[in-house]
Amino acid sequence: MADTKYTKDHEVVHIEDGNVAVLGITAYAQDALGDLVFVELPEVGASFEKGDEFAVVESVKTAAEVYTPVSGEIVEINDRLNDEPEAIKISLEEGWIAKIRMTDDSELDALMDEAAYNEYLETLD
Amino acid sequence: MRYLSRSKTDRQAMLDAIGCGSVDDLFADVPKQAFVDGKVDLPDHAGELEVERDLTALAGQNMSAADAPFFLGAGCYHHHIPSTVDYIIQRSEYLTAYTPYQPEIAQGTLTAIFEFQTYIALLTGQDIANASLYDGATAMTEAALMAQRVTKRRNVLLANDIHPEYVDVLTSYMKNYDDVTVRGQDDALDETVACVIVQSPDFFGCPAKHDAWRKKCDEVGALLVVVVTEILSLGLLSAPVQADIVCGEAQSIGLPMSFGGPHLGFFATSQKYLRQIPGRLCGETVDQDGKRSFVLTLNTREQHIRREKATSNICTNQGLCALAFTVHMSLLGEDGFKQLARLNHEAACRFVDAVAAIDGVEVLNEHFFNEVTLQLPVPSKDIVKEMAAQGVIAGLAADGNKLVCAVTEMVTDRDIEVFCNTLQSLIKG
Amino acid sequence: MGAELHMMQDAKDNQMEDSQTEDSQTGPVLNNGTRALRYEEQLLWEREFHDTPGVDLPEPQGMPLRTGDALREDVGLPQVSEPEVLRHFVRLSTLNYSIDHGFFPLGSCTMKHNPRVNEKLARLPGFAHIHPMQEESTVQGALELMYRLQHYLAELTALPGVCLTPAAGAHGELAGMMTIRRAHEAAGENETRKIVLIPDSAHGTNPATAVICGYKVRTIPTKETGRLTQAAFEEALYKTDPDGKDVAGMMVTNPNTCGLFESDIVGIADALHAAGGYFYCDGANFNALVGKVRPGDFGVDVMHINLHKTFSTPHGGGGPGSGPICVTEALEPYLPIPVVEQDINGAYFLAREKSRPETLGKLRGFVGQFGMHVRALAYMLSHGADGLKEVSENAVLNANYILSQLKDDYHVPYDGPCMHECMVTDKLQKGETKDDDVTTLDIAKALVEYGYHPMTTYFPLVLPGTMLIEPTETETKGTLDKFITVMMHIASEVRAGNRDQFHHYPQSAPRRRLDEVKAARHPVLRWSSDQA
Repeated sequence: MADTKYTKDHEVVHIEDGNVAVLGITAYAQDALGDLVFVELPEVGASFEKGDEFAVVESVKTAAEVYTPVSGEIVEINDRLNDEPEAIKISLEEGWIAKIRMTDDSELDALMDEAAYNEYLETLD
Repeated sequence: MRYLSRSKTDRQAMLDAIGCGSVDDLFADVPKQAFVDGKVDLPDHAGELEVERDLTALAGQNMSAADAPFFLGAGCYHHHIPSTVDYIIQRSEYLTAYTPYQPEIAQGTLTAIFEFQTYIALLTGQDIANASLYDGATAMTEAALMAQRVTKRRNVLLANDIHPEYVDVLTSYMKNYDDVTVRGQDDALDETVACVIVQSPDFFGCPAKHDAWRKKCDEVGALLVVVVTEILSLGLLSAPVQADIVCGEAQSIGLPMSFGGPHLGFFATSQKYLRQIPGRLCGETVDQDGKRSFVLTLNTREQHIRREKATSNICTNQGLCALAFTVHMSLLGEDGFKQLARLNHEAACRFVDAVAAIDGVEVLNEHFFNEVTLQLPVPSKDIVKEMAAQGVIAGLAADGNKLVCAVTEMVTDRDIEVFCNTLQSLIKG
Repeated sequence: MGAELHMMQDAKDNQMEDSQTEDSQTGPVLNNGTRALRYEEQLLWEREFHDTPGVDLPEPQGMPLRTGDALREDVGLPQVSEPEVLRHFVRLSTLNYSIDHGFFPLGSCTMKHNPRVNEKLARLPGFAHIHPMQEESTVQGALELMYRLQHYLAELTALPGVCLTPAAGAHGELAGMMTIRRAHEAAGENETRKIVLIPDSAHGTNPATAVICGYKVRTIPTKETGRLTQAAFEEALYKTDPDGKDVAGMMVTNPNTCGLFESDIVGIADALHAAGGYFYCDGANFNALVGKVRPGDFGVDVMHINLHKTFSTPHGGGGPGSGPICVTEALEPYLPIPVVEQDINGAYFLAREKSRPETLGKLRGFVGQFGMHVRALAYMLSHGADGLKEVSENAVLNANYILSQLKDDYHVPYDGPCMHECMVTDKLQKGETKDDDVTTLDIAKALVEYGYHPMTTYFPLVLPGTMLIEPTETETKGTLDKFITVMMHIASEVRAGNRDQFHHYPQSAPRRRLDEVKAARHPVLRWSSDQA
């Protein structure tokens, strides 16, 4: 998936069409968090700068902020996570968090591709 | 020192095991200048008898409600507490337990909290309640903070006569933010207002009309917060179901006045604000054997997880006070709770009829629960002082020669007679 | 995602997949499953209600209502007799562990003996049945009690300004930070000082409090040595302003949450003071110092005291606490109100705005948790200056003894000596695969099985899998030795490869591990008739 990029904080971005990107978290993050009990979703229409917190994923004992790696406006959210937070683990197709219309797709250049991300994971203990 | 286990042999064995010569060696990281060196003005240890003598003498200097006709309320009430309540809360298992973070060995406390939350939700007519907060004043402040989070608005409007201490506490907290105004009764209710706070009965004893406030709040999208400082009133007045948050003080059930604390803040709201509610929550689940169990839940809202993103910095409830409330409520039951409320109201009715007969005294309340405000022809501050000198705790002096009097089931007809005679003679002067 | 992600793997909730549903005891479920002294108690709503309640009240006369309101509708309260209520709460009590049951090494919580004379004294009618708004002439004894408590706290901390009103530790923190904020405001520096420095090992309440006061938090790393170093502190202090003039203060726990005394503290306090900031000390760990070391003498400007820790007011299953604050002379005018003072005639009074115009205001209704003030003073007088010194010495000795005995079996990340609590981790109990790990959680649950309340787990957050053990001064060597033996046994079982058992503890407690995921995903926070 050449259109999928990763961050060091374990967010994943998949470029859907043109300037809309799907945001989620990686399998590594899902595993680290354990059983998810709640996902706090952003509001459609909300604008975020690169690096802003746009969602929170909660397990029983932790709450992790999810930061957007790209700036833009939220155009769609995954309502399913309201009732079924654990769906986040199925796949990015099922368990995406939000879709964002990017204002600057050059921000993607700073992110890792799958190979680079996997290499990065090797460096973590 | 009777609380310490002393044994020179053990002490030496422990020092040897650690491999150091003296206990002082263990304080090696502490700067020299910070050691006490005998400069503390505190007497040396005392036996149980001496401590009892000392504190009993202090207690003896206070005029207790047990010794005087007592008409002071204003958010702290003198009610009867059944013996069973105090017995239960002094049991080791409750008194000396920690916060129930290890639910496998804390189901007693957790089940009682679950019952407490159920009681508060039922009394307030709300969906859910938390495990309690410090007191009524801080509960009201937490309600305002929650309304600000929910509505993403900043201002707070105080709609009627709210307990001045509650207002002071709210104001001190809000001073931390540059963008919050605490508005009063005459200020605008507009779309910058996060919540409208209504006390019922208000500080002067008048029950509020919630329907009217609900309508006004809906017009601008503000939350309606109802504050109750005398929770027993909910046994006679209808439940404030119109409110988005009902909070206040539950000391009246199960707790002595104790010079203002520990008391029992409560907080109830709608299911939809579940994740915005401050303080601890206890929820139902099962254990590995499938047995019903209770556990502190939704902890991720709290400071030990969210740190600077927590909904509140609170990390305790008033556990034992909530237990006292729960035991007392359980003793009262449906009929007893309502009956006790009715008895309070009837005592207040008799009081009102008696004081209204005194020349120059006017009762300002048309409606009330167990607290009323009198208009006196003379400064009420002086009356309170002089009546205290004659062994009667008359009530709270308020501005404009007003006297706020609470009449609970503890007040006898004889107490009312003494109150009226003393007041009458002082007015005649 | 947050940088603390790696910590989460350890704090991860235990999976429920090893659920064993068969009960070892066979036969039909009788009496709700109660066996011998193991009670299965129904909620009050789940039993038959009686016609009359557990109290006898006089019959109301039926006077017409003057409430201006309809009569209260049905509330839905259960109604049973007095013995039924008593039995309900006594049976529930048997499911709790408490300090009176046994050793309670819960780090950072100071679970020590709660003397019963304190309970007796707080219940004297002259304390229990007085009202906070009574004429001051009728409550001189209560005010004198508070005045004396203020004085002794000032003496023990070397911080002369004391306000007793905060209702708990976190509330004391708030009061302390608001005092600092008010002082900066009075100096006209509130607009420029917006940052509070907090080490990463701090209690979560510290950053939460700073934010409530309108401050931004700057975290100081302490992971390397478990201590705050002068260098790391100064880097944080001067990060955005060469003179540190944008820093309002720091919040430091000393001894810190790893159980270590901050050895650079005097130099750090000096640098902070030179920059115009104030030193807030979280007093959670004052039990290590009480009677022996005075925080005001190592640079502290404000400190809260947990009366329910150091001065033994009972924890009560989670409150009531009490968190008075002690401050320097310079900060004294800004304290919350009321404060008890003495007039020229020797009468005590509650000083409010009128005589304290610089105050930050009120933070709680009335005068605070007065009942806790009574208990704390009784405790203080029982120990006296000599006894309190012995409290901290014994507390520190006990913790170091435990550390000395466990250091070969458990990973000790930071060199001692420790103060009143010691920190170890589960690093040596890691398995070859994740499923083989015996984690801090497993060790805690094994302690439950062996009859102990566990230590504090996964706190502080500076390292993964931390365990914080605080024995307190009231335990004997014999008690400590039994606990040490159990801890050693656990470690040796893990070394021997008998790991699986640890994933199934506790087996003998009133409950086995709970499904916390279920509780959080679908919260049920009250009984209701539709679930029955």
